[in-house]
Amino acid sequence: MVTKASDPAAAHSLDFSVIAARASRRRRQQLRLVRDASLYMVMSAGSIAFVMPFVWMLSTSLKAAEQVWQQPPVWIPSPVVFQNYVDAVTSVPTLTYLKNSVLIAALSIVGLVFSSSLVAFAFSRIEWPGRDAWFGILLSTMMLPSQVTMIPVFVLFFRLGWVNTLKPLIVPSFFGSAFYIFLLRQFFMGIPRELDESAIIDGANPLVIWGRIILPLSGPALAAVAIFSFVGNWNDFMGPLIYLNRTDKWTLPLGLLAFRNKYGTEWAQLMAYSTLVMLPCLLVFFFFQRYFIQGITLTGIKG
Amino acid sequence: MASPWIIGFLVFTLGPMIASVYFSLSEYSVLKPARFIGVENFARMFSNDPRYWISIYNTAYYTVLQVPLGIVVALAIAILLNQGLKGENLFRTAYYMPSVVSGVAVSMLWLWLFDPTLGLVNDVLARLGISGPRWLQDPAWSKPALVLMSVFGIGGTMVIFLAGLQGIPESLYEAAMVDGANWWQKTRNITIPMITPTIFFNLVMGFIGSFQVFTQAYVMTNGGPVNSTLFYVLYLYQNAFRFFKMGYASAMAWVLFFIVLALTLVQFRLAGRWVYYEAAAPTAGR
Repeated sequence: MVTKASDPAAAHSLDFSVIAARASRRRRQQLRLVRDASLYMVMSAGSIAFVMPFVWMLSTSLKAAEQVWQQPPVWIPSPVVFQNYVDAVTSVPTLTYLKNSVLIAALSIVGLVFSSSLVAFAFSRIEWPGRDAWFGILLSTMMLPSQVTMIPVFVLFFRLGWVNTLKPLIVPSFFGSAFYIFLLRQFFMGIPRELDESAIIDGANPLVIWGRIILPLSGPALAAVAIFSFVGNWNDFMGPLIYLNRTDKWTLPLGLLAFRNKYGTEWAQLMAYSTLVMLPCLLVFFFFQRYFIQGITLTGIKG
Repeated sequence: MASPWIIGFLVFTLGPMIASVYFSLSEYSVLKPARFIGVENFARMFSNDPRYWISIYNTAYYTVLQVPLGIVVALAIAILLNQGLKGENLFRTAYYMPSVVSGVAVSMLWLWLFDPTLGLVNDVLARLGISGPRWLQDPAWSKPALVLMSVFGIGGTMVIFLAGLQGIPESLYEAAMVDGANWWQKTRNITIPMITPTIFFNLVMGFIGSFQVFTQAYVMTNGGPVNSTLFYVLYLYQNAFRFFKMGYASAMAWVLFFIVLALTLVQFRLAGRWVYYEAAAPTAGR
């Protein structure tokens, strides 16, 4: 020991520096606390603003007509009028719209997951002549505004007699989609090559490798594709608007629009109907959040 | 194994593109065969259709407001959510949720929110002592209203920014801390330069998306009041499926394509000046 216990000055200065260090640590902690508190405040204010419209929609959907018009606005409906939902749903053929929406969404998911994963497999894990050129074409089609092909594709389906059927909204899914192919390819690239190679040695053909090795390892990416395509189809408006004129073929968004035109000022019922149309997407979102995040991340960062 | 897509590409993209070129040079109403008229559609579009120019103006106006605002808000939220605070998942959910439920239902909701007398937007403004405009009923405010509404759909952009932020090496911040840099200096000199590729990506995607704005305008305003929300794709849709001028609409689609292409190329050219790519970065995914 170098420090002499008999030297009071040394002991004192040591004590002082310890105190100073403690004080500065405490000040830093306090600063951190202030910083975190203000961050929380900003984030909470922002997220309340983002969610408020939906709370307002729900609130309106449960109000009696008088309360809808009340100023200043009331947030908690009293009485709570569930009848708005019943009235909204029964005043138009909602069941038909729902059936059509579900049919389109379900079949499109099957088509997109199946064919996009197959094509993505071909672009990421097998060599074939012209592959890179085709991939370049695939990427460039993502740049092409859909309006360029919209009219000839409409004419094609019109000539096939498919207008006013659900086919134009389902069949193209079975040819894959550039966006999902790109997303899945990004994911497949990350799966170790050795798996394919050892399977080839065992005599597996590409179809077996795709079905038995790649797909089982790609759960999260396939889920992301399924979820995105569900939300995309469920919310799609322009497609059904163009192809479906007969009311018995309408989807929920078209039904909602017709509902508005029929009952323009019935805000409580209109908000009830909007809530119902949104509900499946919201549920899917709350149960499968992480796949949304993963899927978007997969397409975004490596662009 | 790529054949499903290749067949789909030939049938639903390449074939239609060729047909679209022909339609754009024709007079065509689906019911009668197309009649070749040369560049007449384009000539009329540029010199003899005031509504066409209104739709260009509206779309450009909307884009110029919406794209930068969307990027700034999404980035600001992403930075806030990247501070390592507890409960970030909950906040991220709140910010992301509105973008999941786009389309007609959300348009209905905002129609209600923007109501001049009963809407929540003007009620909130009134509490702040501001007398709100008539929003969708006022030609001067209809476009800003749709821009404001679009901010609620920035969830996807925000997540891409978050991913970009999480890719920044922690060592850079540690080095800056040793040098005594404050929060703003770190944001200004590390965060922003490191995510310029992500900003660039979101900028390009934002322009492409913004030029195709349709559903909100169709559902909420149908182009009005006084054509103030007659956006490019809405006018294209009207020409094709209401007036059955498929040739004219095809010509409009091609001009849209060249506008989007030109904007993208310009951005790629400008990117060299401000987008920073790490020299040693692994070319991920290749």
